[in-house]
Amino acid sequence: MIEALFAILIFPGFVFLSAISMFAEYFDRKLYARLQNRVGPPWYQPLADFIKLLAKHEVVPEEADKNMFKMAPIFALAATVTAFLYIPLWRTNALYFFQGDLVVILYLLTLPTMTFFLGGWYSRSIYATIGAIRSITQLFAYEIPLLLAILAPALLANTWSLSGIVAYYNQHPYYWLINSIAFFVSIIALMGKLERVPFDSPEAETEIVAGSFTEYSGRFLAYFRMAIDCEVVVGASLIAAIFMPFGFNTLPFIAFIIYLLKIFFIISLLALFRTVFARLRIDQMIIFCWRWVAPVAFAQILINLILKGTVLH
Amino acid sequence: MSIIDDENVRIPIGPQHPALKEPTSFSVALRGEKIESIQVKIGYNHRGIEKGCEQRTYIQDMYLLERICGICSHAHSTCFIQAVEEIAGLVVPRRALYIRTLVGELERIHSHLLWLGVAGHEVGFDTLLMYTWRDREIVMDLLAELTGNRVNYGINTIGGVRRDITTDQSQRILKAVDVLEEQTKYYIQVAFEETTLIQRLSGVGTLSRDDAMRLGAVGPTARASGINFDVRKDDPYAAYGELDFKAVSDDHNDIYGRTIVRLGELMETYSIIRQVLKNLPDGPIAVRAPRRIPAGEAVSRYEAPRGEDLHYVKSNGTENPERVKVRAPTLANTQAISKMLEDRYLADLPIVVAAIDPCFSCTDRAAEIINLDSGKNNIMNWDQLRTYSIDWYKNRGIAFK
Repeated sequence: MIEALFAILIFPGFVFLSAISMFAEYFDRKLYARLQNRVGPPWYQPLADFIKLLAKHEVVPEEADKNMFKMAPIFALAATVTAFLYIPLWRTNALYFFQGDLVVILYLLTLPTMTFFLGGWYSRSIYATIGAIRSITQLFAYEIPLLLAILAPALLANTWSLSGIVAYYNQHPYYWLINSIAFFVSIIALMGKLERVPFDSPEAETEIVAGSFTEYSGRFLAYFRMAIDCEVVVGASLIAAIFMPFGFNTLPFIAFIIYLLKIFFIISLLALFRTVFARLRIDQMIIFCWRWVAPVAFAQILINLILKGTVLH
Repeated sequence: MSIIDDENVRIPIGPQHPALKEPTSFSVALRGEKIESIQVKIGYNHRGIEKGCEQRTYIQDMYLLERICGICSHAHSTCFIQAVEEIAGLVVPRRALYIRTLVGELERIHSHLLWLGVAGHEVGFDTLLMYTWRDREIVMDLLAELTGNRVNYGINTIGGVRRDITTDQSQRILKAVDVLEEQTKYYIQVAFEETTLIQRLSGVGTLSRDDAMRLGAVGPTARASGINFDVRKDDPYAAYGELDFKAVSDDHNDIYGRTIVRLGELMETYSIIRQVLKNLPDGPIAVRAPRRIPAGEAVSRYEAPRGEDLHYVKSNGTENPERVKVRAPTLANTQAISKMLEDRYLADLPIVVAAIDPCFSCTDRAAEIINLDSGKNNIMNWDQLRTYSIDWYKNRGIAFK
């Protein structure tokens, strides 16, 4: 009992995730700044921002639905942290796993976007409403390609359990190289999920101020930002587990280091894309996802099915 | 004003909004993401500069008018003193004209680099902003060294310029221009190759040649619509008549075209600066100007980085002008904004507005006063205003003699 609570709340659960996501935000901002020829923030900046926001007075708009407005950030954070418990990090088994947990993880990772929508919609501000609608429109563009991209490796491994997938690829080294196309599809989908440049039109500063988060301040904004930071790490861990399933069969400490290297590699890819692209309009984003990303993901599924029926039989 | 009328959502962009660096207001009626109609309203930053000019001497006016704009300050002060010099019949020494040209072109570099960065920021390409503004520092440092200030240079004086330029300084300028030219070539490459940037700029904010003519667009906005008009070329002032350069124009008609025009102008500017420094004539840098300017009137034109700047000055033989009228280039271009936004998306609004390189504070000469309760237009003349203010203070116990 106590061991389980320790695992869920402290390590590798909530506290560990919070710490690593703060560091991930610092890493992302620093790398982004260095790529732009700027100095960038000091290492404690995300923590300082978080503490400052906690101490600030929060304003809830008069017209807003108070309960929905206040609960949205907490739901976002809770869903992300829960999803983390089902992802294998540096062992082939996650903290908790069962047949079909892959669907649960994807479902839990959809929840933050839903809360962005609900929080924005119920704050009744015109900018937040437009941002909320854009969030949900974008959800339809990236969610299907993400699902397809994750389906392909699962088909090959013949299991719906994430831990099962990792165990399969651990037994069959180098099979994960087959899924390289799906890896890039899932990176693109993750950029859409995290609403980062070039897919940040839901919170495009120059058009709709801060999108869904326009009316958020103080504590609630701090929770939202923390949820997004955690989502970066959880998303990166998910992609690392599925598409880079190697380095588990060593000492736990070395496996842990390998895990960190993997997620920071993915985070640096995200920072790199953030640096080199301009923001796409929401219509361009949807056309891009449906015309290019989704067919490519289908191609990966086709490749995996053919391989499964022939060579890897 | 209600937020939702019929089926359209009406969203306010401005007077306070992250996309706008200056107060102005766009009221946008949206259907989904599409813009149905747009109302532009200026007049939030009326500073009474023209009136202020009438109460100051010519030399004071020059400094006041320089502060119309923080970016093209040299454009306004030069445009004004050109008119004054014409009325006074002053022959400005050639060396002074060359130095004015030099500062004007350095200013153009800093304005165009600034624009490129702002355009990048408006389409969410912050990396471009950081790079161009870093390089802009080079030219800002040069301006500070030449004139003593980063903006509002104060190098002009009636009859010439106030500071001479040394060989040492011209060497440093040449070196800096080489660096900037390399960087500009890189930005041209980025503009031609970066797919997301092209997607956001190409085909957006279209303004046909006829519309540009009809709406009176000026500067890079007009030149990108195929109107090859540049005051420097077509009505040369300062030293431009003696220099070899071409007016850059383009027929893309959209924001992509405006980007190409501005980047092309930067390349021309580097060549102009090299020619100016090579052919810099010897001689005095200023002639003595009288304090009282004889009665007369003059119109002066200047190709500011944003387009044609126009000043009208009327003198009456005293130390102060009788009337000064300023038409900043943004006023000419504002008309085109609603045309450019027809049938476009909300996401295009910031970049379309930014693409004319607006300077709303420079433009604001009009203030509209509407009483919200009665809807009446209450305007007071000078005497009424004076009586009103005296009464206002009297009611609070402060008596005026």
